[in-house]
Amino acid sequence: MTVRAYDEMYDAAGNPRAHCAGYRDWLEAQPAERLAQKRAEADALFHRLGITFAVYGENEGTERLIPFDFVPRILPADEWTELEAGLKQRVRALNAFLADVYHDQEILKAGRIPSEPVLCNAQYRPEMQGIDVPGGIYSHIAGVDIVRADDGRFYVLEDNLRVPSGVSYMLENRKMMMRLFPELFSRHAVEPVEHYPDVLLDNLKSVAQPGITDPTVVLLTPGAYNSAYFEHAFLAQQMGIELVEGQDLFVRDDVVYMRTTRGPQRVDVIYRRIDDDFLDPLAFRSDSMLGVPGLLTAYRAGRVTIANAIGTGIADDKSIYPYVPDMIRFYLGEEPKLANVPTWILRRPDECSHVLANLKDLVVKEVHGAGGYGMLIGPASTQAEIEDFRARIKANPERYIAQPTLALSTSPTFVEQGFAPRHIDLRPFVLSGKDITIVPGGLTRVALRKGSLVVNSSQGGGTKDTWVLGPC
Amino acid sequence: MLSRTADHLYWMSRYNERAENLARMLDAHYRLSLLPRTPEAVRQGWAATLTSLGMIDAFRARHREASPAAAVHFLAFEREHPGSILSCLRTARENARAVRGTVPSEVWETLNSTWLEARSFGRAGTEPALGDFLEWVKYRAHLTRGVIVGTMLRDEAYFFSRIGTFLERADATTRLLESRWRDPGDGGERPASEASEWAVLLRALSAFEVYRKVYRDSVTPMQVTELLLLNDSMPGSVHRCLSDLYGNLREVRNTQSRETERLAGEMHAQLRFGRLEELCADGVPVFLDRCQKRLNELAAGIARDFLVPGA
Repeated sequence: MTVRAYDEMYDAAGNPRAHCAGYRDWLEAQPAERLAQKRAEADALFHRLGITFAVYGENEGTERLIPFDFVPRILPADEWTELEAGLKQRVRALNAFLADVYHDQEILKAGRIPSEPVLCNAQYRPEMQGIDVPGGIYSHIAGVDIVRADDGRFYVLEDNLRVPSGVSYMLENRKMMMRLFPELFSRHAVEPVEHYPDVLLDNLKSVAQPGITDPTVVLLTPGAYNSAYFEHAFLAQQMGIELVEGQDLFVRDDVVYMRTTRGPQRVDVIYRRIDDDFLDPLAFRSDSMLGVPGLLTAYRAGRVTIANAIGTGIADDKSIYPYVPDMIRFYLGEEPKLANVPTWILRRPDECSHVLANLKDLVVKEVHGAGGYGMLIGPASTQAEIEDFRARIKANPERYIAQPTLALSTSPTFVEQGFAPRHIDLRPFVLSGKDITIVPGGLTRVALRKGSLVVNSSQGGGTKDTWVLGPC
Repeated sequence: MLSRTADHLYWMSRYNERAENLARMLDAHYRLSLLPRTPEAVRQGWAATLTSLGMIDAFRARHREASPAAAVHFLAFEREHPGSILSCLRTARENARAVRGTVPSEVWETLNSTWLEARSFGRAGTEPALGDFLEWVKYRAHLTRGVIVGTMLRDEAYFFSRIGTFLERADATTRLLESRWRDPGDGGERPASEASEWAVLLRALSAFEVYRKVYRDSVTPMQVTELLLLNDSMPGSVHRCLSDLYGNLREVRNTQSRETERLAGEMHAQLRFGRLEELCADGVPVFLDRCQKRLNELAAGIARDFLVPGA
């Protein structure tokens, strides 16, 4: 990497940034043994409580922990205010886009986004055409991935509008920090995040179909063998709602019921953590054992709310991402407050030839890929890998976008050799219902391998607590 | 409560209870093997046990000879056999895992650590001495039941867990009695050994001292049968189990469960007011068989009314 990454705690001269000075002083005063012991304590606690991610292999129960780093990522009040405003604006525009795409398609008619990548996209769900959803909200829970580049500015890397996960780690990491280092919280005015489940439940209730006064909300999980099952069980328990599987629900006369020991009980809002494809074997993949036959019909009849709505994937697809700033201008008449990462669209011949000439400096992403798969990080790749990608791009340029390699900001992280900078990102969770709410903070993911830019937990990433400091 | 949740709680308790009762049954055999018996009597004893457990076919499919070693391995450690103690502990744990959001965390942690420990026992070549293993299983089952009774809110979740416990226990008691009755043993030739064989059964059920207290008499088959079937104060007796089962069923009553409740009440009344000689007029094994059929009907009714109702 030629450019020097922005460090969240230290300025270029190596002095702590003003909002981190207090923490730095505390950290320097800690004996090394205490920190090592605290780290062991955190590992033991996460294991015992079963706060695990990862696949539930065989039938023996091999559960992995996501590594937790106890050095928090600290955001000052003014930066958060700016981020929050940008996130709200962006999610509002994305919801407007979804409502438009599934109704009159004004933005396509106006030529601001070409029709082809939208209407011929597998993420576009024709079943949703013309359906009115409560409040016009499609993505009730969005997890927007934010990075900070070497210029110190925030950029949106990805909008996750389908079933974003990770919020349980935001909550558990904070709980762990308060348990390990309670003294830090009396020294810093850290904005609380603990109320997230309450806000989420209020939000879900607010999008029940009109006329329902005391809606029954459930969380629909693929089941105990899903890698994010811990989060599903955790959120359901925190909200005090039932954690259901597809087999627990059935549809009769377009109404969704759950099977209870007292007989069928009507369900009004389904917070689903199952992908569109598996929701209803009658409408989507017929081999799905996870879904509820007839759910789509009940949904189209306006008898149940599904959060997030079906078909939100069209708005967070990588081929649509480059157009989000235009959506903001088109629907809100505002300039975007949060920047996109500059992106070349390879379906455009001139942009494609520029990218092909500079592959070794760029990041190329497959438009339908997720989780750090199907991508080329030019500077970190061998010549053979680059040539392989070149051939794939030439064969299907419309399947790819390209971006400059961003030097993601770093944060000091406790690794084998002591404290060292590691690259991080941030996923705040944006809740849209009657209002848009963001609990201050989010999930900070950290790439634990030296120099690595990949923060995904499936690729060896860890997490940190995220502090938003109150205005002082 | 979700039917599926109730189902997991019910099976969590049933499998915990089943593991314990298997351990008790194996314990009885273990103790019998210390008595002077002919090899033929030992072989028949195992065949009787496997038959009353309904596992004789599964066993024969895997093992040629009902040798004590093969039978012990099959019932205690065989992972591929869903009815082994190890498999029961795993299934209990899997059911607890599915409802870990519903039960107190101590309940989940207890079942989880039981399984993690059991798993290490089950590795080939590391099998512990049988006696130690059976003691350990009983101890862990006591612990699981204790944490359930000691920490769970008295709501539906608790009631369904208890229904599983009592149904399984009633079933196990009838099977234990049946296997003793079906096992001819050496009784014909050596009358003195009959008393010790029945005493072994009592000891395996932790009921020997109770028997002495209740009867102040030598051990006879009919009195042991009466104690284990009809005595209301004896925790493992079928009568006691039905009394508790009926009470818990009334707590969860819904609009469809009237018939199941009636069945449980009827069986309870029969055990409460019936005389042993009349109940067993056609022979004890016949009556035990009837009890098992009735328990199966009850289990089917509970499943239909509460656990896996149709749409």
